Amino acid sequence: MIDFIGNRRKAYLLSLILIVGGIVSLTFFGLNLGIDFTGGTVLQLNLGEDFSIEEVEEVMMPFEELDGAAVQIVEGRDLAGDPTDEGVIVRAPYMEEERRDAVMSDFRDRFPEMDPADLRIESVGAVIGGEMTRQAVISLAVAILAMIAYITLRFEFKFAIATITALLHNIIIVLGIFSILQLEINVTFIAAILTVFGYSVNDTIVIMDRIRENIKHRKKHEYAEMVNQSINQNLVRSINTSLTTLFVLTALLFGFYYFIGSLDLIVFVVALILGVFVGTYSSIFIASPLWLNLQEYDLKLKRRKAA
Amino acid sequence: MKSAIKPGRFMVLIVLCLLILASGCFAFQSAADRDEGIRRGLDIAGGLYMLLEAEETGEQEVDRDAIDRAIAVIRNRVDELGVAEPVIAPQGDDRIRIELPDLEDAEQAREIIGRTAMLKFQGPDGEVIVTGANLEQARAERQPEVSPNPFVSLRFDREGSELFAGATREYMGQPIAILLDDEVISEPVVRDVVTDGHATISGDFKYEEASELALLLRSGSLPVELRELESRLIGPTLGQRTEEIAAIAAAVGLLLVLLFMIIYYRGAGFIAGIALVFYMSLVLWILNYLPTTLTLPGIAGLILSIGMAVDANVIIFERIKDELRSGRTLRSAMESGFQRAFRAILDANVTTLIVTVVLFILASGPVRGFAVTLFIGIICSMFTAIMLTRFLLRLALKAGAIQSGAYVGVEVP
Repeated sequence: MIDFIGNRRKAYLLSLILIVGGIVSLTFFGLNLGIDFTGGTVLQLNLGEDFSIEEVEEVMMPFEELDGAAVQIVEGRDLAGDPTDEGVIVRAPYMEEERRDAVMSDFRDRFPEMDPADLRIESVGAVIGGEMTRQAVISLAVAILAMIAYITLRFEFKFAIATITALLHNIIIVLGIFSILQLEINVTFIAAILTVFGYSVNDTIVIMDRIRENIKHRKKHEYAEMVNQSINQNLVRSINTSLTTLFVLTALLFGFYYFIGSLDLIVFVVALILGVFVGTYSSIFIASPLWLNLQEYDLKLKRRKAA
Repeated sequence: MKSAIKPGRFMVLIVLCLLILASGCFAFQSAADRDEGIRRGLDIAGGLYMLLEAEETGEQEVDRDAIDRAIAVIRNRVDELGVAEPVIAPQGDDRIRIELPDLEDAEQAREIIGRTAMLKFQGPDGEVIVTGANLEQARAERQPEVSPNPFVSLRFDREGSELFAGATREYMGQPIAILLDDEVISEPVVRDVVTDGHATISGDFKYEEASELALLLRSGSLPVELRELESRLIGPTLGQRTEEIAAIAAAVGLLLVLLFMIIYYRGAGFIAGIALVFYMSLVLWILNYLPTTLTLPGIAGLILSIGMAVDANVIIFERIKDELRSGRTLRSAMESGFQRAFRAILDANVTTLIVTVVLFILASGPVRGFAVTLFIGIICSMFTAIMLTRFLLRLALKAGAIQSGAYVGVEVP
C-alpha cells in the first residue's frame, strides 16, 4: 500500500506552486488569445507550389492592414505520409470583406496553382469569444452550485467542497500551463476546459464513493488510514482509466500533429491530455486528502464543543 | 466450481456478440456516410459560417419582423445557389446565423449573401415604377366577403402612392412585374386604378403562398443593414482531410483501448469490448437520427463519454476482482461487484449529467454542442455498462465461457 496521505503535504506544496505559478503567469502574461477572442483575420491557403515566406510577404506588401501580420508555413502530410509544405497561415488584424477579397485575388494572381478548395478564411469581429467565455463561466458557476447540491444530497457537504476545490484546482493549473506555454487558444479551447472539468468530476466522485463506503467499515477515528486505503483500492482503476483515455488522445494528437499541423487542433488535444493528468492527480492527491482535512477539522470542532 | 462449456448457451453468446459487432459495423458505416450520415459541423466538414448583426437604418428599428424579412431575403438568395441543408436562423435579438455546408464556391456564396436586396415594380415596357423603398407594408389577408381566395395587401408611402396611381392608370389591363434581385416573383395584372396607396394582389393563392409572397415583398425593402460579425470559410478539401485524420486516429485509439481491455481483463475485457462497440453504435445511431450537428467541441464530449464508458467497465471489473480476492465465488463476486460499482458509476454519471444539462440550458453554440454529445454519451454509457455488460457477463458465466477468476484477470488459488 502506498502512503498517499502521509505525503499529502508534499502534494499540497506541489499544487500550491503550480497554482501560484499559473496565477502569476496569467496575471502578467495572460493567455495567448486567438482571433475568436481578440477579433482578427486568419488566412490559411494551399499555394499549390513551394514558396518562401518572402514571396508571401511580397503579396501582402500593398495591404497596410497586413503590416504586422504573422506568416507561418504549415507543415502537414498527405495520407501516404509524404510532406506537403505548400500551406501558409497568415494571422492579421480584422479585415473587411472587400479587403479580404482583394488579398485573395492578389494571392491567386501570384500563385495560380492555389487550391480553391483547400483553404480557410476566418474573420471575427471583436465580440464573439468574449461572449462565449462569459457564457461558459456563468453556466459553469451554475453547474458548480447544482453539483454542490447533488453531492451534498448523495454524500455530504464536505465531499462537495473537496470535489469542487479539486475541480477549480485543475482548471487553474491547465489555464496556467497554457499561459506559461503561450499556446494560442480559440473557442474550441473552452470545450477542452469543459472536458477537463467533466473528466475531473467523474474521476473524483468515484474515489469519493470509495471513501463514503469505507466510512462505515473504519476503525474508530482512523480516518487517515481509511482514506489512504480507499485511494489504494481505487488506484488500478485510476491508472487504467487514464491510460485508456490517453490512448485515444495520443492517437488524435499524433494524427493532428503529423498529418495536419493545425495548431488549433493540437492545442485542443494537448488541453485534454493535460486535463487527464491533472484530473487523475487531483482526485488522488488533492480531493481525497482535502476531504480528510475537512473531516478532521470538523471532528476537532465537535470535540471542542463537547468539552 | 469448474464446469464444462454449455454448447447451447455458448452459441447464444457467440451469436449475440457477432450481432453486436455487425450492428456496430453498420452503425459506423451509415454514420460515416457524408450525405446520409451524421451532420458534420462546418469546423469538420468545411463550408461557410457567417454571423451577421442587424443595424438600424433611418427610422426602422431592429425588431423580429425586420430580422425575419432579412432572413427571407438571404434564404431566397441561398436557394439560388442550390446549397443542400442551409441554416439561416435568427440568433439573439438582432443577429442572423448562416451555415452553408458543402459549398462548391464559397466565395461566390459570400458575395451573393452580402448584396443589398432590391425590390422593383416594373411596367410592361420595362420602366421602373416604384422600388421597395416606397413600400410600407405587405401582408397576407383573408377576407371571404371581399374575395374567395386569400390575397396580399400592399401599402405604399405618399410618394409611392402617387407613382403607383399613375402607373395603374397607364397600364390598366396590363401586367406589372414585381422583381426581387432582378428575378420576377409575381406578375399581377392591373384591374383597378389605385389612388390611395392601398393595392391588393389577388389570384389563385393558398394562404401560405400569399404570406410567402407578402414576406418576399416586405423583404425587398431591406429595412436594416447587416454587418458581418464573424465569417468562417473552410474549403471542402481542408475539412475533409481533418475529418479523415480524426476518424482514423480515433479508430486506432479505440482499437488500442479494446486491446488493452482484453489483455488486462481477459474474457471479461472481451465482453466489455463488445459492450463498448454496442455503446458506440448506439451513440452514433442516436447522433445520426437526432437533428444534431457534430462539431469539434462535440467530439470532445464524445471522447469524454467514451472515457467514462470505459471507466464504468474498469470500475466494475476492479470491484469484481476485489470481491474475488476476498474469497467469494465467481458468481457472487460478479453480482456484488456490480452492485458496489453501481453506486459509484451512478453518482459520477449523474453529477456529470447535471453539468451537461446546465450547459445545454445556459450556453449556446460550441459549448452546447459539447453538452449534447456528452449527455447522449453518458445516458448510453450508463445503459451499456450497467445493463449490457452485466447481461453478457452472466450469460458468459452460465455458458461456461468464463469459468474462474483467471478469466477476469485475477489469479485466485
